[in-house]
Amino acid sequence: MPQMIETKDLTFQYDIEGEESCLVLNGINLSIEQGQFVAFLGHNGSGKSTLAKHFNAMLLPSGGSCMVLGMDTGDEDKKYDIRQSVGMVLQNPDNQMVATIVEEDVAFAPENLGIEPKEIRRRVDDALKAVDMYEYRHHDCYRLSGGQKQRVAIAGVIAMQPKCIVLDEPTAMLDPKGRSEVMSTIRALNRDLGITVVLITHYMEEAVQADRVVVVDDGQILLDGTPREVFSQVKLLKSVELDVPQATRLLYRLEEAGIQGLPRGVLDDEECIEVLSHYLEVHGCR
Amino acid sequence: MIRDMTIGQYFPGKSALHRMDPRAKLVLLVVYIVMIFLASNFWGLGLSAVFLLGTTMLSKVPVKTLLKSIRPLIVVIVFTALINIFYVDGNTLVQWGIFRITDKGIYTAVFMAVRIILLVLGGSVLTYTTSPTDLTDGLERLLSPLGKIRIPVHELAMMMSIALRFIPTLLEETDKIMAAQKARGADMESGGLMQRVKALIPILIPLFVSAIRRAYDLAIAMECRCYRGGKGRTRMKQLHLGGVDAWGILATSLCLGGVIALKVLLPSTL
Repeated sequence: MPQMIETKDLTFQYDIEGEESCLVLNGINLSIEQGQFVAFLGHNGSGKSTLAKHFNAMLLPSGGSCMVLGMDTGDEDKKYDIRQSVGMVLQNPDNQMVATIVEEDVAFAPENLGIEPKEIRRRVDDALKAVDMYEYRHHDCYRLSGGQKQRVAIAGVIAMQPKCIVLDEPTAMLDPKGRSEVMSTIRALNRDLGITVVLITHYMEEAVQADRVVVVDDGQILLDGTPREVFSQVKLLKSVELDVPQATRLLYRLEEAGIQGLPRGVLDDEECIEVLSHYLEVHGCR
Repeated sequence: MIRDMTIGQYFPGKSALHRMDPRAKLVLLVVYIVMIFLASNFWGLGLSAVFLLGTTMLSKVPVKTLLKSIRPLIVVIVFTALINIFYVDGNTLVQWGIFRITDKGIYTAVFMAVRIILLVLGGSVLTYTTSPTDLTDGLERLLSPLGKIRIPVHELAMMMSIALRFIPTLLEETDKIMAAQKARGADMESGGLMQRVKALIPILIPLFVSAIRRAYDLAIAMECRCYRGGKGRTRMKQLHLGGVDAWGILATSLCLGGVIALKVLLPSTL
């Protein structure tokens, strides 16, 4: 089975006339398996969004290569096959809605692909059910909440029946409720439909939910591993101005304060409480 | 003020009017407009008004909502009426320097005002009962023969539907920018005309910048969803003329016939 996405020595630079060219991506080697849920972390300007735009041939590498399911993104003939395999959801939900009515917006992509009307109807219904927005199919996009709009945008991409979806900070403009709606939708798509998910984010709580976290800094991959492995590198993450989940930070601070024997890479609050109560018990403080 | 804009807004429903083919509705709207311009006396206009009332009842759009669509055009209506009052000759009722009001003037002014109101309301019934996508879809197909003489019909229809889609978004944005500028002490309510026009600049510039940014985002989103122009594109909703359309065509034709008969049989107002 070919890798979902595979990059080799991928570089990307902007050429600005009269100025030095600006190297945004510098030698990215990455391989994403089908069905994986990968989160990309990095502060603004780290190149993570630029990297994501290579995954569906919106940008083409200046050097090296990017392969999607064995297809080279540089191959002009394969451009639409690649975009159909790798759907992309952007940050601002308002700016990616083409039509006024929910179901008509979701139908946009399959219409572009020239699919039979009956099949489009079926795909639109399935996609809306997958993101739990089926009851809203006749509604006006404009009147939906941010989280609902973003779920419609995800449905609009799912209707192409892609193998992978790339989400570029899909929750950055949402309130906490919308954020959790979108995250549970993304997880369900990955778990139930087996869709590969590439999530670009700067929220640690979201990255924790992935199978794999890739930290991008200054156009290069800094860390790559499970959330536990990555977030145990508190010092390194701090050096590139990235935060860690609160639970991880608390245990890190305790360790800094001289408390020995606490595990690293604890990710959520529950686990943190367990670790601390265990520690207190062992040391006879209870 | 901005909230009252209702042009291009859809009132979802399942009435006979909602179910009609957008192509039929568009053609019938043209017929309705012709009918209003053919009507040369209040009887003809009255028949058109009854027709409009009937379609409104059928559409189940609240009359109050429908009437809102006149509000932005009040200035135009009043202006047209005033011009007619002063410019039409007839038996003088009041003389006032060079201004004089005649009986025929008043008659024409009312007639014109009613005509404009009926026109606007007719258009609104169409936009309230037809989703913008259906509307542009209908237009695209009605005008598709023009594609043969190299008029980019698909592109124009796409532009129109995107414009309609972004009206509420940009209105909301305008409201936000206005509030932001007011919070910084911008004065938009006082001063003469020139000053007020100048006060709009700090609203329009951020609005344009944001609109361009949105357009860029939208273009990327459309490309991500494999948009490549009208070639080879299919549509989810297939348009077909059905029973409702036949009834609509019949009713409109009868009404048109009635208006023509009234025009021939009764004296003209104008």
